[in-house]
Amino acid sequence: MSKTVTALNGARFADGIADVAELPMQGMITLRGDLGMAALKKAVKSNTSLVVPDQGQVAQNDAYTVAWMSPDEVLILCPYAEVQAIIAKLDKALIRAHALAVDVSDARAMFQVAGVHARAVMAKLAPVDVSERGFQPGMFRRTRLAQAAAAFWVADADTFHIICFRSQGQYMFDLLCVAAQKGSEVGRF
Amino acid sequence: MLILTCPCCGQTGEESEFHAGGEAHLTRFGPGSSDDDFEGYMFMRQNPKGVHFERWRHVYGCGKWFHAARCTMTLEVFGTYPAQTLEPPQDLRDEISAKRPGWSWGAVS
Repeated sequence: MSKTVTALNGARFADGIADVAELPMQGMITLRGDLGMAALKKAVKSNTSLVVPDQGQVAQNDAYTVAWMSPDEVLILCPYAEVQAIIAKLDKALIRAHALAVDVSDARAMFQVAGVHARAVMAKLAPVDVSERGFQPGMFRRTRLAQAAAAFWVADADTFHIICFRSQGQYMFDLLCVAAQKGSEVGRF
Repeated sequence: MLILTCPCCGQTGEESEFHAGGEAHLTRFGPGSSDDDFEGYMFMRQNPKGVHFERWRHVYGCGKWFHAARCTMTLEVFGTYPAQTLEPPQDLRDEISAKRPGWSWGAVS
């Protein structure tokens, strides 16, 4: 099998107010269908031990993350090696339903912004209230970071995870690095 | 700057997260229609000073289309409602009437 690499080969920028890093290969499955359907809820639960999150929310445990993307779509994050097995199980569980599970792992890039100024970095780029009150752990937001579409959530205290298209990976990394450059603390969060 | 709330995903964002999709509630006239009807559908648009209804798409968010009612003068957004409607919902019209007595928009008032 060919060697899989991330968009930027694990690029990292640790010389600023927050630590920006590209995350390693991450399995991602887009699951579309009626999110209220019992078969779909059951399939997600049995594969990830997570309940399908409510609107605008994300559910996570040690191995998996399930994010609410739109009224008919969830994104399942899982270990890269498990993607095909999970898709096969989802397909089997949803064979009679109008639903679709697709491997999008290689279509995406994923970044992490960590540190006490992580919220300031995000606030510079997204038209979203990312204060501690406005954006809490468990929330999931699809929006734009500067000119690129992105989705982000709080992975744990002071750490944001960001997903974008792989083709925009370099742009996203450059953007985050500029927003995190030395001496650019905002002092608002 | 417009602040819109997407009725599909419940997120409130400013207008750069959305994309405008032109006038709402157009009736399509296709093959077999009269030239006048087709011309009206193709070219004739409301251009009000005041209450206006538009289609918007949450392009950087959930990707869904929806409708929005706003004021072209003040940029006040009266409300948003699902795309699967042929005319503005009554409760929204009542709300607009309270703020802009006597308003009308095409055949809607």
